[in-house]
Amino acid sequence: MIAEFGHFVLILALTCAVLQSTLPLWGAHTGHAGMMRVAEPAALMQFLLIGLSFAALTHTFMVSDFSLKVVWANSHSAKPMIYKISGVWGNHEGSMLLWVLILALFGGCVAAFGGNLPQDLRARVIAVQGMIGVAFLLFILGTSNPFERLNPAPLEGRGLNPILQDPALAIHPPLLYTGYVGLSIAFAFAVAALISGKVDAAWARWVRPWTLAAWMFLTAGIVMGSWWAYYELGWGGWWFWDPVENASFMPWLIATALLHSAIVVERRGALKIWTLLLSVLAFSLSLLGTFLVRSGVLTSVHAFATDPQRGVFILLILCVFIGGALALFALRAPTLKAGGLFAPISRETALVLNNLFLTVSAVAVLTGTLYPLLLEALTGDKISVGPPYFNLTFGIIVLPLLVLVPFGPFLSWKRADVYGASQRLMWAAILALIAACIAWYAMRGGPVLAAFGIGIGVWLVGGAISELAWRSKLTSGDLALSWARFRGLPRSAFGTALAHAGVGIMMLGIVGVTAWKQEIVLVMNPGDSREIAGMTVTFKGEAPRRGPNYRDIVGTFEMRQEGSTETEILETSKRVYIPSQQPTSEVAIRTFLSGDLYLVMGDKVKEGRTVRIYFNPLIPWIWIGAVFMFFGAVVSLSDRRYRVGAPKRARARIAEA
Amino acid sequence: MRVLMALLLLVCASVPALAVNPDEILDDPALEARARTLSAELRCLVCQNQSIDDSDAPLAKDLRVLLRERLKAGDSDSEVMKFLVERYGEFILLRPSFGSHTLILWLLPFLLLLGGGIFILLQRRRRRVPQAEDALTAEDRSRLEQLLD
Repeated sequence: MIAEFGHFVLILALTCAVLQSTLPLWGAHTGHAGMMRVAEPAALMQFLLIGLSFAALTHTFMVSDFSLKVVWANSHSAKPMIYKISGVWGNHEGSMLLWVLILALFGGCVAAFGGNLPQDLRARVIAVQGMIGVAFLLFILGTSNPFERLNPAPLEGRGLNPILQDPALAIHPPLLYTGYVGLSIAFAFAVAALISGKVDAAWARWVRPWTLAAWMFLTAGIVMGSWWAYYELGWGGWWFWDPVENASFMPWLIATALLHSAIVVERRGALKIWTLLLSVLAFSLSLLGTFLVRSGVLTSVHAFATDPQRGVFILLILCVFIGGALALFALRAPTLKAGGLFAPISRETALVLNNLFLTVSAVAVLTGTLYPLLLEALTGDKISVGPPYFNLTFGIIVLPLLVLVPFGPFLSWKRADVYGASQRLMWAAILALIAACIAWYAMRGGPVLAAFGIGIGVWLVGGAISELAWRSKLTSGDLALSWARFRGLPRSAFGTALAHAGVGIMMLGIVGVTAWKQEIVLVMNPGDSREIAGMTVTFKGEAPRRGPNYRDIVGTFEMRQEGSTETEILETSKRVYIPSQQPTSEVAIRTFLSGDLYLVMGDKVKEGRTVRIYFNPLIPWIWIGAVFMFFGAVVSLSDRRYRVGAPKRARARIAEA
Repeated sequence: MRVLMALLLLVCASVPALAVNPDEILDDPALEARARTLSAELRCLVCQNQSIDDSDAPLAKDLRVLLRERLKAGDSDSEVMKFLVERYGEFILLRPSFGSHTLILWLLPFLLLLGGGIFILLQRRRRRVPQAEDALTAEDRSRLEQLLD
C-alpha cells in the first residue's frame, strides 16, 4: 500500500512539474503576474510530493518489503539499518529518485529563498527547473519505476553489493548528486537570462552562491568516493580515471571555471557570454555523466545496444536540454552587449586564463572518456584509454594553471602590475624552491617532476598565505593594525585563500603518494617481521570472527616505530558476506601526518599468508587539502555579500543611511 | 550477453584486488621494476578499466607471468609491448598509440588550448579601444562597488 502511495504521489509530482514548467514561463512572457506566482507553490509542492515518494521507498527498504523488485534485488533482512537505508540509492531506480528529489529540493530552495530575485527571473528559473523535473520524472515512471511489485513476493532479498556496504559510500551518492544536480540552478539561471536577454552584475551575484554550493557538494562527493576507493578496494589507489569518476570530475572542472568567470561578470561586467556558456556546459556535463553511468554504455557499447530503452531515453533528454540551451545561446548570445574593458595584464586576464586551462582540461577528460566509445561505434576498433593517457594530457594542461594560480589574487582589476605581484610572491617562490630542493635531495634524486610538484604545492600554499599577509599589510610592521585589517578582511578573501591553499596541500599529497609509494608483497607466517618506512610490522596470527552479515578471517599485526618501544595492534581481514558469498578485503590503515601504513591480507598459500604492506607517503594531505577546499567554499558562502537575500538588506541599509 | 558481463564484473570488480603475488616476483629487482612499470600500462582485458598490475583476474595473472617471461628472455620494453599488441590487439594498451585512428584523441586538447590562446590574444588586440570612455566612469564604478559591497 505504501509503495502504491509512493508511486501515486510521484505521478502527482509529474503533473505538478508540468504546471511548474509552463505557466510561470508563459506568465513571464506575457507579464501576467498571476501565472508567474504559480512558480513558487508549484516548486514547493513538487518537492513535497517527491519527498513523500522518496520516504515511501525508504520505508519499503527499512521494513524489507521484498514484494518490491528493487528491494528484493538490493536489500537483505540481515543488513544493518544504515545499509538498508543507503540501499535506497544503491541501485538504478532509487538513485534516479534521489536525483529528482535533489532537483526538486533546489527548485524549492529558489522558491523559498529567492525573494530578492526579480519576479520574472524567478519564474523563469523555476520553470526551467520544472522542465528538467518533467523529463526525469517521465524517465523514472516510464523506464525505471522503483515501485514495481513482484508476485509472488520472495522471502529473502539478494542483498546489497558488499563493497557498497560502507559508511562513506552511504553518503557519497547524496553528496555527489547534490553537487551534480545543484548545477541545474546555474543552468536554469543561464536559460532564464538567455530568454530575457538580461545579464548583469546582479545576475552573476545571484547565480554565484548556488554554483558555489553545488561546487562544494561536488568536491565533497568526489573526494568521498576517492577516499572510499582508497580504503575499500584494497590496493591503495585513490583515483583511477574510471569513466564513472570522470563523469563527476568534468562538471567539477567546468563548475570551478564558472565560479571564477562569474566573479568577472559580477565585478566588471565582462565575460558575460562565456559565463552563460559555462553555466550551460556545467549542467550538460552533469547530464552526460548521468547518461554514461545510467545507460550501461560504459560496460560495453553492445550491452547498451541490447537493452537501449533507458539509454536512449536519457540520450533524448540530453539532446533536448543541451541542444535546446545551446540553440537558445546561439540565437541570443550575439545580442548581449560585451562590457568591461581590461588590459592584457589584469585580474580579468588571469581569470580568462584560468577558464581556458580548466575548460581544456575538462575537454581532455571528456575526449579520453568518450573516444573509445565513439571509435568503437563508428569503426569497430577497440582501444583503451586509461590512466597513462589522462595523467599525461591532464597533467600537461593543469600544471601551468597551478603555477599561475597564486598570481591571480595579487593582480588588480582592469590593469595590473606583474612586477609588483611577483615581488609580493617572492617569499612563496623562495619557499617553493627550497621545498623542491629538499624533496629532490631527501629522495636522492628521484623523478625531477616529483620535486617540481612539491615545489608547486608549497608555492600554492605560500601564495595563499602571502595574499592574506599582503591584504592585511603585514609588511607595514604595525602588528596591531595588521591584525585589525586581517580581521576586517571579507570572508570571501579567506575563502579564496583556503581553497587555493587546499589545492596546494592536495598537490603535495598527490605527488607524495605517486612518486614515493613503497610496497612490499610477501608471504608471512605468525612471528615474521618486515621493515617499511622506519616501522617494523610483525604478523601475530589470524583468527575467524563473525559480523552481523559476514564472516571475517582477522589477521593481527603489530606495528612498532623505529627507536620506540611502544607497539600498536592493527587488524585487517578477509571478509565473506553471507547472503552473496562475496569476498572482500578490509584493509588496516594507520595514518601518520607523513603518510599511511596500509596493510592488506591476501590469499593463503602453502608457505603461509600473502600480505601486502604499503607505505603511502603524504596521502592524508589529499583529504586534508579537500577539507580546506570545502571549507573555503563554506567561508565564502558565509560572506555577507553572497548570503541569499543579501542585496535586499544592503539596499535597505543604504536607504536608511 | 548481460549474464556474461555480470560474471565478468564478479570476477574483476568484487574480488579484493591483490594483484602481484609473491610467487610471480622476479629475483632481479631492476627487471621486476621494469615489469611493474609496464604492467601499469597494460589493460586486464576482461576487466573494466583495470591494469594487469591492479587486477586479480586469472587472465591478468597470466599476462603478468607472460610479461615477466619475455623480460627474462631479454626482450626490450618496446619488444614486449609489440609482442603483446600483436597477440591481443591494441585494446591491451591503456595509453593508445599515436596514429591516424587516435589523432583526435591526442591532439584535440592541445589544439584547443592553442586555439583558445590565440583567440584570447586576437580578442585583446581587437578590443584595444580608447580607455577614455571607461576612465570617465571609473569613479562612479568604484562608488558603485562600494555601495554593492
